[in-house]
Amino acid sequence: MAQQPGARGLVFNEPLIFEHGRKGRAGCDVPKSEFPEIDPATVAPPSMLRGPLEGLAEVSEPEAVRHFTRLSQWNYGVDSNFYPLGSCTMKYNPKVNEAAARMEGFAGLHPLQDASTTQGALRVMYDLEKMLCEVAGMDAASLQPAAGAQGEFAGLLLIRAYHKEKGNPRKKVIIPDSGHGTNPASAALCDYAAVTLPSGPDGLIDLALLEKEMDGDTAALMLTNPNTLGMFEKNIKKVCEIVHAKGGLVYGDGANLNAVMGKARFGDMGIDVCHMNLHKTFSTPHGGGGPGSGPVLAKKILEPYLPAPRVTLRDGVYGLDFNRPKSIGALNAFWGNFGVYLRAYAYVLTMGGSGLKEASETAVLNANYILAKLRGAYHVPYEGTCMHECVLSDKFQQEHHVSTLDIAKGLIDRGFHPPTIYFPLIVKGAMMIEPTETESMETMDTFIAAMKEIADVAKTDPESLAAAPVTAKVKRLDETQAARQPDLRYRR
Amino acid sequence: MEYPDGLHYTKDHEWALEEEGVVTIGITDYAQSELGDVVFVELPEEGTVIKAGEPFGVVESVKSVSDLYTPVSGEVLEINGDLESEPELVNSSCYDAGWMIKIAVSNKKELGELLSADQYADYIKSLK
Repeated sequence: MAQQPGARGLVFNEPLIFEHGRKGRAGCDVPKSEFPEIDPATVAPPSMLRGPLEGLAEVSEPEAVRHFTRLSQWNYGVDSNFYPLGSCTMKYNPKVNEAAARMEGFAGLHPLQDASTTQGALRVMYDLEKMLCEVAGMDAASLQPAAGAQGEFAGLLLIRAYHKEKGNPRKKVIIPDSGHGTNPASAALCDYAAVTLPSGPDGLIDLALLEKEMDGDTAALMLTNPNTLGMFEKNIKKVCEIVHAKGGLVYGDGANLNAVMGKARFGDMGIDVCHMNLHKTFSTPHGGGGPGSGPVLAKKILEPYLPAPRVTLRDGVYGLDFNRPKSIGALNAFWGNFGVYLRAYAYVLTMGGSGLKEASETAVLNANYILAKLRGAYHVPYEGTCMHECVLSDKFQQEHHVSTLDIAKGLIDRGFHPPTIYFPLIVKGAMMIEPTETESMETMDTFIAAMKEIADVAKTDPESLAAAPVTAKVKRLDETQAARQPDLRYRR
Repeated sequence: MEYPDGLHYTKDHEWALEEEGVVTIGITDYAQSELGDVVFVELPEEGTVIKAGEPFGVVESVKSVSDLYTPVSGEVLEINGDLESEPELVNSSCYDAGWMIKIAVSNKKELGELLSADQYADYIKSLK
């Protein structure tokens, strides 16, 4: 068996920066000013005067460098090891994308510069919209939404605007229970009642149930395809027909696009509007809260309502069109998270059409490899092949009183970030593993070996898993206490 | 697992106890055990009128967030304010100190449509 990457090394304790240093210490010696000092109180009004500053860290340069270097060593990211967080597509971010985003001509732009001086940036946005439309099979796009949830919000606002113009915004949105977790919240924010549609026994949308639930009061069906069970809604065309027959629209959550990119297109399936997560499928950074980017893409019927401004190309000149009377408005300060667009643009160009297709194929193959290797050691709630992620459960381990949480903690001891746990909600004790196309067979084999070893330990020494993690910087945390009495603020 | 006689049960794992037109509602032993440590309970305001089968609140555990469904229709007379500071009562005493709301029941017939303790126990067995 290959050696596990987890080990105890020179791992440092590190207090907060405020607890370092001492009064008067500084990282550099600032020469005395050659101009006479002026007391601000003699020249500025009292409202503009600042009192003495308390509590700032006073440290030397090596103290500051060590502090932040040590903190960075506690970090775990896709640049350190396998990050199998299902439903999150934690794929590797190629460094060439970073080089593109740091090019001075882009990085130095100001959003209020005249369009005549930002033609290159506008072209990137214009071309990226076209590329994404090509991948999604849609007619028009806006890059503005700052993340997936805002993309959903934008999509539902488009749907609302569409129905409203027809005379009735309608009242509810149907969401399968295998949908993405943010979907009901997006519906509620757009003043729609979210109606949950239970999955059929095969983990897919139950057509008869949908037919029953779908009525003239339903604005839209929001679905994730493949769904959060990692299964492709193979009846998607029929699903869209049922919704369209009652005048409703279909929203496609692009969270799981990495399974079908270049293979199947939302537009061709009959979906009217969707979003994509550039920070997932298109390899832009994802951790630390972003910034993300969740472009919204739509069919022609929804184009008039897209967020303003739109990027335009007229007579070879790029511009921004603010004159969009039917638009749902702006969703983001200025033009969205432009640095993310550059990374996605570089990704699409470096991969090419065939490369994007191959990425999806490899992502699906990898997930099925893990599923096939772990079947038997772990319970598989929905049989058959999976898409880009696989779902296991702790059913077998529960016989020894070992839970999904214990398995996740056991993985930390073996040097792996745990997968997504207790999601999707419809699977008891779920573990959702998404390797993406990033991982090599060797990495996956090491992970599989760790998972199998945990399954063995669950039988022979279950208590040891209840204590895990033991090699981590911080041992098992009391999550209940943390949730019941959160301590959120630093106090000296 | 305990399912006391005399209570009415739902397939969504709530229990209901009727006393002189007032129905006390909470979640079952099975529900609290499946949820794990409860960390937050969101309850409606007193005076809210709710309809059988509709959500009246939310229970959050370290594992998940779930809606609470009322077994009967009526007006909320009282909520269990202790759960705000001690949500763990739902785990330690689900049928007693961990009760959630009291409702002035508007239609007693709805109680007849709920499960008995034996029926609920059979239902739980069928889930396994």
